[in-house]
Amino acid sequence: MSETPWLERLRGGFKKTSDRLGDNLTGLFTKSTLDKETLDEIEDALVASDLGPSTAARVRERLANERFERGLTEAGVREVVADELAKILAPVAKPLEIDAFPRPQVILVVGVNGSGKTTTIAKLASLFLEQDYGVLLAAGDTFRAAAIGQLKIWAERIGVPIISGPEGGDPSAIVFDGVKKATAEGIDVLIVDTAGRLQNKRELMDELAKIRRVLGRLNPAAPHNVVLVLDATTGQNALNQIEVFKEVAGVTGLVMTKLDGTARGGVLVAAAEQYGLPIHAIGVGEGVGDLRPFNPTDVARAIAGATGETQS
Amino acid sequence: MFESLSDRLGGVFDRLRGRGALNEADVRAAMREVRIALLEADVALPVARDFIDKVTEKAVGQQVLKSVTPGQQVVKIVNDALVEMLGADESELNIDVTPPAVVMMVGLQGSGKTTTTAKIAKRLTEKNRKKVMMASLDVNRPAAQEQLAVLGTQTNVATLPIVAGQQPVDIARRAMQAAKLQGYDVLLLDTAGRLHVDQALMDEMKAVAEVSSPAEILLVVDALTGQDAVNVAQSFAGQVDLTGVVLTRMDGDARGGAALSMRAVTGKPIKFAGVGEGMDKLEGFHPDRVAGRILGMGDVVSLVERAAESVQAEEAEAMARKMAKGQFDLNDLRTQIAQMQRMGGLGALASMLPGMKKMAGAVKAAQDDKALNRLDAMISSMTPKERAKPELLNAKRKIRVANGSGTTVQDVNRLLKMHQEMATMMKKVRKMGGFGKLGALFGGGGMPDLGGLMGGGAGGAAPGGLPGLPGGNTPFNLPPGFDKFIKK
Repeated sequence: MSETPWLERLRGGFKKTSDRLGDNLTGLFTKSTLDKETLDEIEDALVASDLGPSTAARVRERLANERFERGLTEAGVREVVADELAKILAPVAKPLEIDAFPRPQVILVVGVNGSGKTTTIAKLASLFLEQDYGVLLAAGDTFRAAAIGQLKIWAERIGVPIISGPEGGDPSAIVFDGVKKATAEGIDVLIVDTAGRLQNKRELMDELAKIRRVLGRLNPAAPHNVVLVLDATTGQNALNQIEVFKEVAGVTGLVMTKLDGTARGGVLVAAAEQYGLPIHAIGVGEGVGDLRPFNPTDVARAIAGATGETQS
Repeated sequence: MFESLSDRLGGVFDRLRGRGALNEADVRAAMREVRIALLEADVALPVARDFIDKVTEKAVGQQVLKSVTPGQQVVKIVNDALVEMLGADESELNIDVTPPAVVMMVGLQGSGKTTTTAKIAKRLTEKNRKKVMMASLDVNRPAAQEQLAVLGTQTNVATLPIVAGQQPVDIARRAMQAAKLQGYDVLLLDTAGRLHVDQALMDEMKAVAEVSSPAEILLVVDALTGQDAVNVAQSFAGQVDLTGVVLTRMDGDARGGAALSMRAVTGKPIKFAGVGEGMDKLEGFHPDRVAGRILGMGDVVSLVERAAESVQAEEAEAMARKMAKGQFDLNDLRTQIAQMQRMGGLGALASMLPGMKKMAGAVKAAQDDKALNRLDAMISSMTPKERAKPELLNAKRKIRVANGSGTTVQDVNRLLKMHQEMATMMKKVRKMGGFGKLGALFGGGGMPDLGGLMGGGAGGAAPGGLPGLPGGNTPFNLPPGFDKFIKK
């Protein structure tokens, strides 16, 4: 994999953010001091990136403290913003590693409806395949019409086996079969799709807990990863999602999708601050190749609109 | 997980508990908290800003109701402004055009277009008795067309047969053709999810809109959407003529600030809200509920509403005390009339009070409350002195009152007679055992006076019959002489 295209793509995704922030900042820093009004506007720009009011306020604080140390240029402020964001994001950047023993490593993919779970699974499968791991998919979304069909088409395109049951069937049963098959055939990774569910739907969340239990019965260590897929366009509710999915399904990491639009996904910063859950990857397009490792520096710099290149 | 707005405002307003009106500095301090609440609810920043400016203007100088804190009062003001801004319930689709009326669904990926399409199709079929066909133009997402076909089977709505490899514009043409030939009233076009920055797909959407000239283009938006809502709304509205918005996933626990952003940016009504995965989980949009949610504040709003009611109850108590002393002037009569109107007019009152059923016929005639309005007009035309002391009303004054209220001197006389009889009756009731007992009859136990009954609270209207009504009298019939007004 060459690094440049995805960086460009990421920058493309964040471009609007940077432009926005850039526009705001350009107007601001012709003045020599950071007055309250200016700080307010920086804070607003961060809020507009979905950082959420409290995280934005924290970054603002930092900027307020640094103003005397630097002769403030626009670039200087961008650096400070990027630094602060990167500092928050750095500890949570952690790719999804296949290191379970005994195999298979079971990855349960959860999230609300329409966040991009199925597409993300296809992307993950393709990524692991590239790394020469054996992959099996389990079509655990038996609820949404044609969800199984959607995953099957992906499986065919990528060339990975898939295990599925009837629509409306018990997802736990499919998961059970999936683990048995993967174990019998020595497959490295089993990725389990689940139906999208809003985190405040008790019965549906209970169903997730059941899938977990069934997995645990076959292998106490499974599921090894529970990946919550977050839609970048989602606002502050993403924090509720993390909270509840973490409690019920034991989320171990995050993937953020749809960062190729104008959505800024700034809620990741708030999430990193509050929950410290690993962020594994980001989705920057609809193709199978459009899943990229989460690079905190780049994401932070892209949000802040800092121009200097960093080694990634 | 979010600190509720009332907690936040509590801090701001603690020091000014009990003061009369909201001053500008306090309101501004409160609005800072409101702003954070709005942003936490994902209201887009520019929209939140506009909103705060408007509400600040409105709130400064408002009187604080007794028994609520200024913070609670502010929440109520903010809530009312939110409801207003969110717009009215407007859940009907404009499909009264030459069939087939085309309804086109657009939106980002994963916003819930396909599910919403099927829900709307079901609603139109069952509620509006239309012949509906659905067609999926989504050739991007694997199995998207199949998904709509499956939903069609589930909801008993026809879907356009899938032709593999056909492009969206061609599918739209074919769908139009099929709908025309087969006599469908409505054709729903489910389009592929697209990012608003993807110009190729946006062009395709425009092309589809051109060949199908939709009667409605609905933007489907996820209620979980954050600050990006503004970009999305602007881009879609800039490319096609949106006619409305559908908010999906309102059954989640998102505060739903996107609703306000969408409304403010597109200026289009929010026509439906998706409230679940079932095919019947589509509702009209309720601005009041959403407003309470955005603020996370439904409870406080109703508290202030109750407080506003209890202000009226205070009025009623004051009146009851006066009556207990044997005083009953025209001011009291007017208060009573106003309260009757608040309670939903005489009809509602009668239906709530057992033993008043027999009056139903007479009451029905007064359903439109014209009689009550006339009484009110007459009393309003009197001077305060005349109201307090009806004996002052001589012939000359009566003519003035009649002219002033658009009634006749006879009407004024009837009013005075009615008042006289009521005053007499009040005295009688007092002699028969006082208001305490009487109140207890209506309010269950422990109601100290007439407040409950007169105050318009539902509590006063508790059923339970009228056991042991004192004497042979029926003090809670309509005021004597009142029927004369009704029969007119």
